[in-house]
Amino acid sequence: MSTPLARRPAGAEVGTARAHEAATLHVTGRALYTDDVAQRTHGVLHAHPVTTSAPHGLVTRLDTKPALDVPGVVRVLTGDDVPGVNDAGTKHDEPLFPTEVMFHGHAVAWVLAEDLESARLGAAAVEVDVEPLPAVLTVAEAIEQDAYQGAHLRLERGDVAAGFAAATRTFSGVTEMAGQEHFYLETHASLARVDDDGQLFVQCSTQHPTETQEIVAHVLGLDSHQVTVQCLRMGGGFGGKEMQPHGFAAVAALGATLTGRPVRVRLTRAQDMALTGKRHGFHASWRVGFDDNDRITALEATLTSDGGWSLDLSEPVLSRALCHIDNAYYLPHVRIDGRVAQTNKTSQTAFRGFGGPQGMLVIEDLLGRCAPLLGIDPADLRRRNLYTEGQPTPYGQRVRQAERLERAWQQVVESGEVARRRGEIAAANAADPHTKRGLAITPVKFGISFNFTAFNQAGALVHVYKDGSVLINHGGTEMGQGLHTKMLQVAATTLGVPLTRVRLAPTRTDKVPNTSATAASSGADLNGAAVKDACEQILERLTPVRARLGHHVPWEELVAAAYLDRIQLWAAGFYRTEGLSWDASTMTGEPFKYFAYGVAAAEVSVDGFTGSYTVDRVDIVHDVGDSLSPLVDLGQIEGGFVQGLGWLTLEDLRWDVSDGPGRGRLTTASASTYKLPSLSELPADLRVALLERAGEDGVVYGSKAVGEPPLMLALSVREALRDAVGAFGVPGVAVELASPATPEAVWWAIERVRGER
Amino acid sequence: MEEGPFVTVNGVVRPLRGTAPPVTALDWLRGIGLTGAKEGCAEGECGACSVLLARPAAEGGGTTEWAATNACLLPAAALAGQEVVTAEGLTVGEWGGSADLHPVQRELAERGGSQCGYCTPGFVCSMAAEYYRAGRDTFDLHALSGNLCRCTGYRPIVDAARALREPAPDDALALRRHHAAPVPTTHASPGFLRPADLAEALAALAETGARAVAGATDVGVESNLRGDRSDLLVAIDRLAELRGFAVDERGVEVGAALTLTEVERRLAGRVPLLDEVVVQFASRLIRNAATIGGNLGTASPVGDLAPALLALEAELVLVSLDSGRVVEREVALVDYFTGYRATVRRPGELIARVRIPLSPPAPGTVTAFHKIAKRRFDDISSAAIAWSLDVSDGVVTRAAIGLGGVAATPLRARASEEALVGCAWQQSALREVARVLAAEGTPMDDHRASAAYRSAMLGQSLLRLHHHATRPAA
Repeated sequence: MSTPLARRPAGAEVGTARAHEAATLHVTGRALYTDDVAQRTHGVLHAHPVTTSAPHGLVTRLDTKPALDVPGVVRVLTGDDVPGVNDAGTKHDEPLFPTEVMFHGHAVAWVLAEDLESARLGAAAVEVDVEPLPAVLTVAEAIEQDAYQGAHLRLERGDVAAGFAAATRTFSGVTEMAGQEHFYLETHASLARVDDDGQLFVQCSTQHPTETQEIVAHVLGLDSHQVTVQCLRMGGGFGGKEMQPHGFAAVAALGATLTGRPVRVRLTRAQDMALTGKRHGFHASWRVGFDDNDRITALEATLTSDGGWSLDLSEPVLSRALCHIDNAYYLPHVRIDGRVAQTNKTSQTAFRGFGGPQGMLVIEDLLGRCAPLLGIDPADLRRRNLYTEGQPTPYGQRVRQAERLERAWQQVVESGEVARRRGEIAAANAADPHTKRGLAITPVKFGISFNFTAFNQAGALVHVYKDGSVLINHGGTEMGQGLHTKMLQVAATTLGVPLTRVRLAPTRTDKVPNTSATAASSGADLNGAAVKDACEQILERLTPVRARLGHHVPWEELVAAAYLDRIQLWAAGFYRTEGLSWDASTMTGEPFKYFAYGVAAAEVSVDGFTGSYTVDRVDIVHDVGDSLSPLVDLGQIEGGFVQGLGWLTLEDLRWDVSDGPGRGRLTTASASTYKLPSLSELPADLRVALLERAGEDGVVYGSKAVGEPPLMLALSVREALRDAVGAFGVPGVAVELASPATPEAVWWAIERVRGER
Repeated sequence: MEEGPFVTVNGVVRPLRGTAPPVTALDWLRGIGLTGAKEGCAEGECGACSVLLARPAAEGGGTTEWAATNACLLPAAALAGQEVVTAEGLTVGEWGGSADLHPVQRELAERGGSQCGYCTPGFVCSMAAEYYRAGRDTFDLHALSGNLCRCTGYRPIVDAARALREPAPDDALALRRHHAAPVPTTHASPGFLRPADLAEALAALAETGARAVAGATDVGVESNLRGDRSDLLVAIDRLAELRGFAVDERGVEVGAALTLTEVERRLAGRVPLLDEVVVQFASRLIRNAATIGGNLGTASPVGDLAPALLALEAELVLVSLDSGRVVEREVALVDYFTGYRATVRRPGELIARVRIPLSPPAPGTVTAFHKIAKRRFDDISSAAIAWSLDVSDGVVTRAAIGLGGVAATPLRARASEEALVGCAWQQSALREVARVLAAEGTPMDDHRASAAYRSAMLGQSLLRLHHHATRPAA
């Protein structure tokens, strides 16, 4: 019965533009999120963290008694209460209740009270003494002090020395980039209650319900089958809810266990920003060689990520950064070292792109800086170095479908009328000394699959009820990316029923166990194949019934007859991605099922008086395979692009690195101090096209993953800013631009190029 | 019938209980099961908590408008007597299929305007407020400047906004606009007082622990983020004595409790410099709540209004109670600020009115407001420069420059003004003055900008002003 995964039947539901399956619930305010459930739960206790204000130190005294005198306070949770393992992570380096404070704001205990105000006052009453220890706050300090954590990685192919020997020009430099706050609109939230027989039910805003379940279980000393985690939906995740929710869920679960009452943990925005991990900032030093044809002959670089206080996902993030330093360019000889700095800051974590954007920024920065020195148009330099079919990546995997890069590039240049606009820009720049326009084109090549092969599996549970209605569970979580919409479309397509007959149930660990995180853009690829597998099992069992009743028998009659025939009308589906391999020790193999491609051209105008700028036009051609759900995919491309734009131009994480009393504090821990893109950052003219003739063999209905890759299209804006800044100076000067390229950063870049005049 | 106070929510009158501060309107609405509005930031920056309030039409005239406001900042007790509509309440009839969706909801849903959906009810309310704005010809996107979406990148939201047509003739919320706005109930509840008149307000504010609250865009933030608590919040936002608006030949007198939206609509272009400020002042959501008196009362060194009002040489009328009698005194704005968030305003004293001198428009008058910030909409200034100059025969004859963000208080750039008067209105001559201006104030390094950038921006502001003032019209 099983058909090739990619084959799409005629008249398929997949490929139809559909609004988000919960759009009606969203716009009417009826969609429920974890903390909305808490509002509807009787007798809930509210939790508040007891935080500390040293960036590093030992807890020498923790007195919770004063909190218990605060009216409304019910209990204070400390490390003494933990029956299992006092650890919020998987690497045993993240104590849930620490005795060593590792960053400013680190929570050492939690207060439970009848209302949030009492919990807050109770937390303030807890007395904590901390004996300060020296703190490391910047990557530069960490490098100087050799403060690293986790594995040192090396990615190497070819002979770098020979590559540099073959180069006619070599350049070296340093590239630094800031991290990024996820700023999902819904902050971390968990609600736990104990059902009969000690069974824990935890509702959690989590991208990884299985791991939340495992960590709740190990904190409480329970087996996994005693803990059920449900995720209704998330108000955004972006990677920030892959690892970070577990500890909060464990606090809620521990509180519920000890008090017998439902416990709600919901962070305020300020707490969420101060306590939870972010995108890693990176420091990179590099050396690159070019030959006479401006082709790269060799690249060597050392990437140091700012991991924060614990490892979390820093190692795999670093691994993906190394695996994406090539972006879309062939590097004949390459050696990249990677290290994770340990700093006394929040523990940095997954964020859309997972290190890929940071790796790609390094090479785009390098090409943007070197082009004027080579005397070549940056767009020509980029295009000349694009992969061609079958060339090996630094980790040895051959690049397939490289023609898509070329095709997307060509389409952006043509539909974007780049040549005409370049002429207009040059004329405008010559005429106006105070405003300069810039244009840049950058490509994206992003590897799809979890680098860690075992994660590339998924399960689904599909029920067909006697009335013909269909209910799906699968292992993926919905955070706004439209995964559930796609899964409904996949099920409707496979079963051949109208979309309205299919419904999706919330993600629960007691429905589909042992799931992977909804991450790495892989949600639809993995879960879609598992849903399809379950549906096909059911169809296969229906085959004899259909043969008896005739091919045109209505679905409802078919199902009713099958029930009477005692046919099993539900099935568990499973999928694993075949053909993957990865040797983490040598960083070689075939870690990715395929690459997703895209190209963007961005045009900006920069004001020479202030460094402020506008993004005037962006043209994007992006490869989503044969789209499962075009409106959803368009939303992912546009949304990812604007989020990338925020990271690269606007969002500015600042920590207090002074020696004053606030040392280590995140000074931008609020929406008023940390600015993400608003409506005003939407490019005046944004044109997105899906790459045509892009079906992907071996993936569910020929589609491709779309969650992360478009974020990196925003590198085009950064390079366009560089182009515009350069126009304030003379040709042939390398323009250095800080990241994020805030108006102030652009202003200083302009001042530097004016100084070289 | 129960004792009051009451509030009308989505057309249903409900008793208003359990509202002692710090309970916000958002907390209260969520507590009665209306969980559509969300807390995204608790400081009026993200708009996920946006709801509609029936308020007197900002232009005046006695009718009603639906104003979107941040429910996370508003004290719940302030809702007494008011009419609130949430995203849930916009859906027509019983909850059902998409046929029942409000036009704003339908456009957003069908165009992919929601992804995670968390910000969506707030966008719905902000968009609905603009949908119902009287006399709207096109959709003003600034209506959405106080709403953040992290998923969509905004394009489908903008498309949805632009697709909106006129409300249907029988649209209940549209019809509601033709009648008078509800009058908030004067009442005292635990921790909250809405006094009947100014004398009662001033008497209450004379007690220690009492604090005046109007739009709560500052009080709410301090309560939510810093845990500041007052024994009593005294609502002054609807006191008639603070809501006057008068224009005569000498100038405009603006009641301190008028919101920024009301100030903008009632000035109706009379003070071009303020028009430039207002569109850059926070967001529509905040401007619907924040008052001109509150903005000066809080005396923030980075507030955008103060530099402009300094350049306009505004005066304040302060009121207090003297032996039970309301007394007034006047103070020039330039003499009002005394230090970081410190002013000559005494405890228990309120700003009653702001006087803005008006001079007849002259051909050589140049005014401008330069806001330096990371984000174009809804950001706090790193530096702000307000200009009011007269140029005659190629020479500057009068200069008033207000600065924000470069010292502990907003200030007049006196040295630059002096250097400017008599200076030729030419780039070459102005470069010297720009250097003087760049040395004004005592700017700091902080998360918004470096001191060096702030100083540079002061100097650049003059060159930019000249460039834009003398550039041939496009």
